[in-house]
Amino acid sequence: MHPIIKLVSQRLALGLLLLFGASALIFGLTEALPGDAAQAVLGQSATPEALANLREEMGLNRPALTRYFEWLGGIVQGDLGQSLTNKLDIAESIGKRLGNTLFLACAAAVVSVPLAIFLGLLAVRYRNRWPDKLISAITLTTVSIPEFLIGYVVIYYVSVKLGWFSSLAMINDSMSFGQKLNAIALPAFVLTLVVLAQMMRMTRAAILNLMQSAYIETAELKGLSNFQVIARHAFPNAISPIVNVVMLNLAYLVVGVVVVEVVFVYPGMGQYLVDSVTKRDVPVVLACGVVFAAVYIGLNMVADIVSILANPRLRHPK
Amino acid sequence: MNEQITHMAGQVTAGKMTRREFMGKAAALGVSAAMASTMFADAARAAGPKKGGDLKFGLQGGESTNSLDPATYASSVPFQNGKQFGDQLVEVAPDGSIEPRLAESVEGSADAKVWTFKLRQGVEFHNGKTMTSEDVLKTMQRHSNEDSKSGALGIMKGIESMKADGDNFQVTLTEANADLPYLMADYHLIIQPDGGMDNPGAGIGTGPYKLEVDEPGVRHLFTKNENHWNSDFGNFDSVEVVVINDATARTAALQSGQVHAINRVEPKVADLLGRAPNLTVHSTAGRGHYVFIMHCDTAPFDNNELRTALKYAINRTELVDKVLRGYGSIGNDMPINAAYPLFDSTIEQREFSIEKAAEHYKKSGHDGSPIILRVADGAFPGAVDAAALFQQTAAQAGIPLEIKREPNDGYWSEVWNVQPFCASYWGGRPVQDQMYSTAYLSTADWNDTRFKVQAFDDLLFAARAELDVEKRKGIYSQMGRMVRDEGGLICPMFNDFVEGISNQLEGWESDPTQEMMNGNVSRKMWFA
Amino acid sequence: MMKNIPISAMIGLFFTGLYFFVALAAPLIAPYGMAEVVGDVWEPSSAEHLLGTDNIGRDLLTRMIYGGRTTIFIAAAATILSFVTGTSLGLLAAVLGGWADQVLSRAVDLVMSIPTLILALVILAIVPVTVPILILVMGLLDATRPYRLSRSVAVDINVMDYVEAAKLRGEGRAWIIFREILPNALSPLVAEFGLRFIFMVLFISTLSFLGLGVQPPLADWGGIVKENKDGIVYGIGAALYPAVAIATLAISVNLVADWILNRTTSLKGGRG
Repeated sequence: MHPIIKLVSQRLALGLLLLFGASALIFGLTEALPGDAAQAVLGQSATPEALANLREEMGLNRPALTRYFEWLGGIVQGDLGQSLTNKLDIAESIGKRLGNTLFLACAAAVVSVPLAIFLGLLAVRYRNRWPDKLISAITLTTVSIPEFLIGYVVIYYVSVKLGWFSSLAMINDSMSFGQKLNAIALPAFVLTLVVLAQMMRMTRAAILNLMQSAYIETAELKGLSNFQVIARHAFPNAISPIVNVVMLNLAYLVVGVVVVEVVFVYPGMGQYLVDSVTKRDVPVVLACGVVFAAVYIGLNMVADIVSILANPRLRHPK
Repeated sequence: MNEQITHMAGQVTAGKMTRREFMGKAAALGVSAAMASTMFADAARAAGPKKGGDLKFGLQGGESTNSLDPATYASSVPFQNGKQFGDQLVEVAPDGSIEPRLAESVEGSADAKVWTFKLRQGVEFHNGKTMTSEDVLKTMQRHSNEDSKSGALGIMKGIESMKADGDNFQVTLTEANADLPYLMADYHLIIQPDGGMDNPGAGIGTGPYKLEVDEPGVRHLFTKNENHWNSDFGNFDSVEVVVINDATARTAALQSGQVHAINRVEPKVADLLGRAPNLTVHSTAGRGHYVFIMHCDTAPFDNNELRTALKYAINRTELVDKVLRGYGSIGNDMPINAAYPLFDSTIEQREFSIEKAAEHYKKSGHDGSPIILRVADGAFPGAVDAAALFQQTAAQAGIPLEIKREPNDGYWSEVWNVQPFCASYWGGRPVQDQMYSTAYLSTADWNDTRFKVQAFDDLLFAARAELDVEKRKGIYSQMGRMVRDEGGLICPMFNDFVEGISNQLEGWESDPTQEMMNGNVSRKMWFA
Repeated sequence: MMKNIPISAMIGLFFTGLYFFVALAAPLIAPYGMAEVVGDVWEPSSAEHLLGTDNIGRDLLTRMIYGGRTTIFIAAAATILSFVTGTSLGLLAAVLGGWADQVLSRAVDLVMSIPTLILALVILAIVPVTVPILILVMGLLDATRPYRLSRSVAVDINVMDYVEAAKLRGEGRAWIIFREILPNALSPLVAEFGLRFIFMVLFISTLSFLGLGVQPPLADWGGIVKENKDGIVYGIGAALYPAVAIATLAISVNLVADWILNRTTSLKGGRG
C-alpha cells in the first residue's frame, strides 16, 4: 500500500475512535451538570408532580448508561433521534443550522484566508518598514478586541447610522444567494477581522524564517524581484505551518462563533448547542458535539497530511 | 390654528394624510412634536384600524429548544406564539376585568364553587374542525390530570371535577374561589382540538393567525386566519416573531426598521432609544417585581430581627433609579402593588434607614459571619448590579453581605427555591388571591420564602369565599401587612414593561397583565 | 543593550510595565473604593471622575484599575499554567515518540475536538466558580495549544542533523530536550506566548460576557465591557475604555514578544 493511503486510512480509523471518545466525554459532562431536561423546561413553574411526569415522558428515569448506548445504537444506524424538549427531529434541525454555519464560515474564509496570506507576504516584502508595522498593528488590534464589541460597533455605524446592511443576519430558504450574502455581510466581516491576525502573523513568521536559507539567496542572485522570491520560493516551503494555522482558524469559524451568532441573531450551530446545554437536551448536545468534533478532526487530519507531504524528512521516516 | 389642526386631523381620519405629512405641517404651525404625535394618534384611532401589512416582532426569550405545546410555555417567545395561534376561554382585560374569548359568558354559583362557561358557537380550529365543549374539557384535563407536565398544573389544583355539557363547560371546586375566571385566563390554557392530547405541539388553535413556519429559537411565521370568530381581531396579513435575545441587537433592529416591536428594552438605554424619531418607547406599570428572598425557616433567616434588618438596609429609591432608571416603582416587601384590584394604598411604605437596620441587626444577635446572597444575571435584568448596591448599603449598617454569582444556566432549578437567600423575579398574577396562593400559602410548591403561617392561610381561604368586596379588601390588607412585617420577601421594586414600538403602528393601549399588551399587539394594533 | 531596543519594543515595554505596575499597586493608586457608589449612572468624565462613572455609578477609573489587576493576574497565571503543562508534555511526546506520543496526542485531540468555550461553560456549571478554579480550567483547557505547537516544532527539530548527531553521541533524553530542542524551539514558543496571553484575556472576557467570570463586585476588563455594553450604540464610552485597555495591553505584550523573537519558525494554536 502506498504510505500516504495507509496514513490516511490510519487517521480515519483514529478519527472515528476520537469521535466515539468525544461523544462519551460530552455525555459524561452533561450528565454531571446539575439539573435535567425536565427541570430546565419547566423552570420556575415546576411542581413536583409535573416534574415527575415530564421525566417519565422523556425517559430520564432510566439509567444513564442505557440512555447513552441507546443513543449510540441509533447513531450507528444514522438516526440522531428526537429532541427531548421540543420533539423535533434532530437531523433535520441540525441539517439547517449546519448549512447556515458552513455558509457563514465559508464566506468568512473566502475573504480572510487569501487576505491573510497576501498581507503576510506583503509584510515580509516590506519587513520592518512601515507597511509591515501598520499591518501588524492593525491585525493585533482587531484580534485583541472582544468579538461582541466589534460586532456592536459595526452594527451601530454600518447598520443603524448608515443603513447599509441589515443588523439581523436572518437567512432562510426563500432567499436568493445574493440576498443571503447581503444578510451575512456584517457577521462575515467581523469574523474576518477576528481570524485574520493569527493567519497573517503565521505566514509572516514562517516565511521570514526561510528567508535566510541558501536557496533564497540563490534565487535573489538570479535577479528575481523581491516579491517573486517570496511568493514562488519561500511560500511553498512555509506551507506546513501556514496550513496548520489556517485549518485551526477554519475550525474556529465553524465551532467557535457563538458570540457572533448571538450579536447578529444568526441561526447557526453554536446558539443551538448552547441552548441545548442550558436545557439539558442531551441528544441534541451529543449530536452537535459530534458534528463539531467531526469538523475539527477532519480539518486537523487535512492539516497533518499536508504537513507530512510538505516535509520530506517526515515523508520518508528512517 | 385650531381649525387647521382639526382639518388636518380630519384628513388623517379619512386616510388622506400620512404621519410624516401631519407631523411636518403640525410643526410648521408651531405644535410641539409630542403634542402632534398624540393628536395624530387620536386622529388615526378615530379612523379605526386598517387592515394589511406584515408585522415583525423582535423578542427576547426564545430558545432553539422551544416547543409550541402550550403546556411548556415559560418564556416570552412561546407566550407570544400562543397568543397568535390560540385563544383562551377568557382573557384579563387591560382594566383588570374578565373579557370573554372562546367563552361567551361565565357564571359562578352563589357559593363560588361551581363555575359555568357558556361556549361560543361555530368557532373553527385551523384544521377545519369546529370547537366543542369536549375539546375544552380535554384541554383542561391535559393541563390538570395526573400525568400532566403543564406549567399551569399549579393553578389547576383546586379543581374537584370538570364536565362538558352541550354548549357549556363546568368546573367544580373543592374550595370556594371567587377568582376562578382569572385562573382560566392563564396563557397556558389555549384551547386545542381534542385538547392537544394527540399532538400538543402542532400549533393548531382558534387564534387570529395560523402557523406557517416554526423554527424554534430563530423565527415563527403566522398568516391571517380568515375564519377567526372575531373579525376585529388581527389586522395584519402576517405576523413574524423573530427571536433576538441580545438586548443591543434588539434595539438596533428596531432603530433600523427591521422589526416593528421589541420587548424588554433595557431601562438604561430606554431614554436614549426614545430619542430616535421613528419609534416610541412605551412603559407600562405591571405586577412584576424584582426581589431578594429569604427562607423564613433556615438560619440565620429564621430570625425576624435579621430579616427586618435586611429589609431596612436596602435603598429602594436608589435601586429604582439605577437599576430601573425610573421605569418602575418602589416595593414595600409585599408582592402586591397598586396594579392589583383591592389594593390597600394606606399600608405604610417601609423607608431605607441605616439606623433601623443597624438596630435590628444588633437585636438579632447575628454572629457577624458573611451572609451569602446568591444572584445571577438571569434572575432579573440588573440583578447582579442590584445586589452590588444592596451590599454597599448593608455594609453601612454593619451587615456583612457577600454576593455569590451563580451561572444563569440552572439558576431556577439549583438556586431559586433551594438556597436560603437569593435574587428572584415574580411576574405577578392578575389577582391577589392567585399571587398569595402561588407563593405564600404554607403548602404552596413555590413558597420560595418558606412563609408558613397558619393565620395567614386562614385569611386567604376566608378571602376566597368572601363575596363582599370591601370586606375582602380588608382581609387582603391584613395579609399584606403580615407578609411585609414577618415574611421573607425583600421587595425593593416593581418593574415596568418597557417596550419599543415603531411609529408605523397605531392602537397601543397599556395592559398591566403581561408584556406587549398582554400579547395582544397583533390582535389590536394596525399599520397607520 | 538598551540602545539596541527598537522604538516599538520600547513602547511595548513601557505599556506592559505600566499595566503590571498599576495592577500591583491598585489599592494605592485607585481614587475610590472598588465597589463604592459615588455618582449617578454613566456620568461623563469630570475632574472628580476622570473616565466618568459606570452603569451603577461607580468610578470607572477605579473599576478599570482594579479590573486590570484581576484581568492581568488571571490571564498571566492561566497562560503560565497552560504553557508549562502544554510545553513540557509536548516536548516529552516529541522525544519519546511511539505509544506515549500517540496516547498524549489523541487525548489532546479529544479535548480540542470539543469547542473550548462550550467545555469551559459546562465545567464551570459543574464546579463552583472561584478564581483558582477559573485559572485551572482556563489554563488546562488551553494547554492543548502549546502542546500541539511545542510537539510539532520539536518533531521537526528532532529529525534535524544536529539532534541526530547528539543522539549518536549518546546524550540522554534530558540533554536532548533541554540543550538541543528547547533552545531551538524557544522563539516560536515566545511568539505564541504573546498571542495566547491575549486569548486568555479574551477568554476571561467571554466567560464574563456569559456570566461565568469572577465574582462581583470584582470585575475584569471584559466584565466591565459587558456591564456597560448597552451604552455603546448610544455613544457612551464606558464600555470602550476597558476595550481599549485590553487592546493596548495585548499589543504591547506582543510588541515585546516580537522583539524577543528574532526568528520564528513554526506557530500553531487557535483562538477560543
